[in-house]
Amino acid sequence: MTGTGSSVEYSVIPYVMLLTSLLPGLLIFTLREEQHRLRIGLNLAGALAKIVLVVLLIPPVVAGSTLRASFSWAPGLDIVFTTDPFSLFFVALSSGLWLLTTIYAIGYLEDSPNRSRFFGFFSLCVTATVGIALAGNLLTFLIFYELLTLATYPLVAHRGTTKALRGARTYLAYTLSGGVILLLGVVWLTLLVGPVEFTAGGVDAVAELAAERPGTATAIGALLLAGMGVKAALFPLHGWLPIAMVAPAPVSALLHAVAVVKAGAFGIVRVVHDTYGPELSASLGLLPALAGVAGFTIVYGSVRALTQDDLKKRLAFSTVSQLSYVALGAALVAPMATTGALVHIVHQGIMKITLFFCAGLFAEVLGRHRISELDGAARRMPLTALVFTIAALGMIGLPPTAGFLSKWALGAGALDAGQPWVLGVLLMSTALNAAYFLPVIYRIWLPERDHAGDTGDAAADDPGEAIGDGGAGATADGAEEATGHTAGAPDAGTSAEGSAAAGAPAAPHGRTPARRLEAPAALLLPALVTGALVLLLGIAAGWDYSPWTLARMIAETGYGGEGG
Amino acid sequence: MSGLVPGLLPGLLPVPVFLPLIAAALAALLPARARAWLGLATVACTAVVVTAITAGVAGLPGRGSGEDALSLALAGWEAPVGIVLRADALSAVLLLLTSVVGLVVSVHALAAGRDADALPSMSSLYGGPAFWPLWLALFAALNGVYVTGDLFNAYVMLELLTLAAVSLVALGGRAGNGAAAAALRYLFVAVVGSLLFLMAVALVYAEAGTLDLPLAAERIGPGPLLHVALALALVGLAAKFALFPLHSWLPVAHPAAPAAVSALLSGLVIKAALFLLWRLWGILGPVAEPVVLQGLGLAAGAAGSIAVLWGSFMALRRRRLKPIIAYSTVAQVGYLVLLLPLTAGPVGADAFGAGEGSGPGWTGGVVLVLAHGLAKAGMFLAAGNLALAYRGDRLRGLGGAVTHMPLTVATIGLAGVSLAGLPPSLGFAAKWQLLTSALAGGQWWWVPVLLLGGLLTVAYTALMVRATFNQPGGPDAEPPARRLPRTLVLGPFVLAAGSVLLGVAPAGLLEFLGSGTGDVTAGAGDAPGAAGDVPPSGAAGGDGS
Amino acid sequence: MTVSGLPELMTVLACAVLVIGLSAHLLVADLFRRIISLNVASGGVMMLLLVLAVRGPGDQDPDPVPQALVLTGIVIMAAVTGLALALARRVEDPADEDDRDEETP
Repeated sequence: MTGTGSSVEYSVIPYVMLLTSLLPGLLIFTLREEQHRLRIGLNLAGALAKIVLVVLLIPPVVAGSTLRASFSWAPGLDIVFTTDPFSLFFVALSSGLWLLTTIYAIGYLEDSPNRSRFFGFFSLCVTATVGIALAGNLLTFLIFYELLTLATYPLVAHRGTTKALRGARTYLAYTLSGGVILLLGVVWLTLLVGPVEFTAGGVDAVAELAAERPGTATAIGALLLAGMGVKAALFPLHGWLPIAMVAPAPVSALLHAVAVVKAGAFGIVRVVHDTYGPELSASLGLLPALAGVAGFTIVYGSVRALTQDDLKKRLAFSTVSQLSYVALGAALVAPMATTGALVHIVHQGIMKITLFFCAGLFAEVLGRHRISELDGAARRMPLTALVFTIAALGMIGLPPTAGFLSKWALGAGALDAGQPWVLGVLLMSTALNAAYFLPVIYRIWLPERDHAGDTGDAAADDPGEAIGDGGAGATADGAEEATGHTAGAPDAGTSAEGSAAAGAPAAPHGRTPARRLEAPAALLLPALVTGALVLLLGIAAGWDYSPWTLARMIAETGYGGEGG
Repeated sequence: MSGLVPGLLPGLLPVPVFLPLIAAALAALLPARARAWLGLATVACTAVVVTAITAGVAGLPGRGSGEDALSLALAGWEAPVGIVLRADALSAVLLLLTSVVGLVVSVHALAAGRDADALPSMSSLYGGPAFWPLWLALFAALNGVYVTGDLFNAYVMLELLTLAAVSLVALGGRAGNGAAAAALRYLFVAVVGSLLFLMAVALVYAEAGTLDLPLAAERIGPGPLLHVALALALVGLAAKFALFPLHSWLPVAHPAAPAAVSALLSGLVIKAALFLLWRLWGILGPVAEPVVLQGLGLAAGAAGSIAVLWGSFMALRRRRLKPIIAYSTVAQVGYLVLLLPLTAGPVGADAFGAGEGSGPGWTGGVVLVLAHGLAKAGMFLAAGNLALAYRGDRLRGLGGAVTHMPLTVATIGLAGVSLAGLPPSLGFAAKWQLLTSALAGGQWWWVPVLLLGGLLTVAYTALMVRATFNQPGGPDAEPPARRLPRTLVLGPFVLAAGSVLLGVAPAGLLEFLGSGTGDVTAGAGDAPGAAGDVPPSGAAGGDGS
Repeated sequence: MTVSGLPELMTVLACAVLVIGLSAHLLVADLFRRIISLNVASGGVMMLLLVLAVRGPGDQDPDPVPQALVLTGIVIMAAVTGLALALARRVEDPADEDDRDEETP
């Protein structure tokens, strides 16, 4: 094991890491709409700077030296940032995907209005995510967790359509309620044990509290986990995720892969492993409950995904299901299960972002949103179809993709932890994954039907995006939304305002693919890169700095001597 | 520097009262254009003096040992007979808030007045030239309430405040939009409140034989007279700051006034009555029977809780900006009185002590006043801007504002974030402190109110922000009817942004407020000790919520 | 020297006047009557202050402080009444139609 000679030193690097996205974000807000070169420059410079920082930090952090920065927030309460391996693990994921998503978003939002607002909040989101990752205690975590909610709201509402605003409202209602529950838990815990800092394997003060007053400790733990569970889309707190998919494709990528759901999953691991400690959480009864909820969510999300015809909605329910793998892994007391949870944070992120990139490409280039319209998409867009296929197979968990690795680790971990029922869940979920992804793959590679590929038809079909069988809350509104959308659509071409706000994907005629490439390069490249990563991370898992290796290292430090 | 403090700084105490008062008299005589500059200059000078006073309070050597306030006996008459001016950390912070908000509002009114020649409707932003003398009188009265240590003097300042505020509301009345009726309603409630307060003052005097507050606390004993006085003060002042059952004038008066006046009323004026109540509670409260004090606190807290829910609920049902914001004030006032039960709780650690309070509940309340003052003033000014640009503040007519007036919409959004107590705003710091206090004191029943109120605040803020999104293809995508000068847009944004950014690192502020009794800074050390104080019922209740 | 029992009687009377004034203020609809009843109520408070002057500390000379307060209070009430009358006239002015557009959602 590498992380033995650990050292902590004060450094401004954590601040710099926050500023690399905060500053560009704030500057972008002040830009005029037509300054798109400067905006792109700021975006890319910030994203690249962050990645360079992360890459430079990985070797020393793996070697055991941690950077720390803190300042006093209130008497006796500090804001703390640390770059422990788990922090860096998450920062690396989000900053890498941020760069790709930014490129994708630049291409996606070309010529649509309000881009300064969009990219400003986009950068704020990433700042919040990095803050969550680097947070050294629960107070800091909470601040950035809420900031993330606030910064995402304008992105979900970006198009301003009735449906987008409604989706944004649902999103806000769920996530802020979660934030409030979390706030209560954090205040309560901080009051009782002081401002504890995350420590691999659990905090001693929390253990003392649990020994004295197990009921209170359990209640606080439940509050914390429930607060995280909203963003991590655990059943029954998942309702916002399928509804928030009305957002533009880059925002979906942000929600599902880069930031929001990941913040929830990350938080669950932080609470279970770095605050309470796995053994304590298990003995308080938190872990069995979490495992039960997560196991149910895995199956439930998959079943719901089966019935969705809208591609993005199917992907959204797939996220609900896949994310609970992380929670489930965190809820099993075994180093291998933890490894599976951690590595799945990265793997799921990369696979899901690939799928959303592809869904956006299909919508953008071909104007197709429904799975039933996707026949023959592969002939028009072979690269996209290939990448989609790889990522979908990864989701199912076939070797040699990255997805196989996480599932295997989870399964092995479940056996280590003596919870064989988890294997059943995993198997059932794999079957369901196959059931909802294989038909999509099949349709894509199917020969094209005569009429479905017609671009004009696709545009006319677009209002059908509001399919009747929505998420928990949207069901009854389906018809109403559809009419609202149709009313908006004819105007889309007439005013510049309208066309963008009505949703760029709804206007395929505005976006003809370049002659040589099947899609605009800015959209296609990120998808190709992430698609390649899905394979690469599966194959090169043994590399010193691969997510797999890092996840094993982090998981084992959490179990101290026992885990090695 | 510290050598100068005893000699020079207390001499500054009368300045924030008398300078604006003289300027108000002068302004009434000057032509319109000169009034504005005189007003701005006066507020700016006062702000400088107030900053010096704050620095002086912060630098007092005896902070923590009773000597925590600057004081000055007017005309050399000492306490039992004369009037003593006094400024401690709480006064300093409120003086500073008054000056900062006052400065921004003055700039706003000046800018609006400059353009009013070209565009007469601009004067609806601040109420025309009559604004200046009235505002300066209001400013003097606010500062007077904060620096006076004398009960009757406080009553006089409160009445001056009422007269100025009511007249300012009446400025909103152009073609009979009900401003006069709203102003009269406000006047009636405020005067009844004042009479009850005066009654309380009389009772205290009858018992203590002095009007000086700290001295009265020494002379007075627990008894029915003191308890009646506290109850009367609570009801009288509650009418003035619109606590729940007595709130109905506020949602009428605040929206009827011009935007700049609404900002002053919601941001500053209600704080004066609240300040007096806190003062009485802090100084006379410890003398009273704990049971009575807790009973009164519980009643106030219950009213406050209903206010939080009712105000938010009504705000959600309004369909115009200014009434929404006014009802939001009703809700926020509810938070501010939660301080009374929290600081009068059974746990001694957070009770008002000799140094007039410390502990998280106390500092949380004061920080909330600051956050609300800045955010609400910014919000009202921004709403006024939107109303001017879009010819009315109906939510339905604001479509597209987020694109055409992004800074103004951002102002409302940021202010809402702070009001809702979301991080990283000052409101969050306040809410953290209040929650800590409620849990530490075992008064977990306030916790749901605090949390739910925040969510409701987000809901009505989102209601306003959502209305500014352009409905694609709708008729609202056009730019606003009028474009506003940059000064008018920037001022409110600065207030709202300040209310958020101050929460990033509020430690200095909290220490300044909390060091009244000295050992609060060791909060971390205290925390585990406080653990033992939470009764088991606290655990059960928090679990259920 | 004061007649025994008189201050107590005065106190009760003062409170009665205050209560009567306030009740009338709250129950009456006419603006001018409301203003007048407010003045009556304030009279009650002033009376109370005067009683306090009689019962001043030491039971010797009347206490001058409450009397000064009453004078100030009367001046303030005069100002309040003036403002209230001015506003009431504007409210009652028939040209000043009240069309507040509070919506009923």
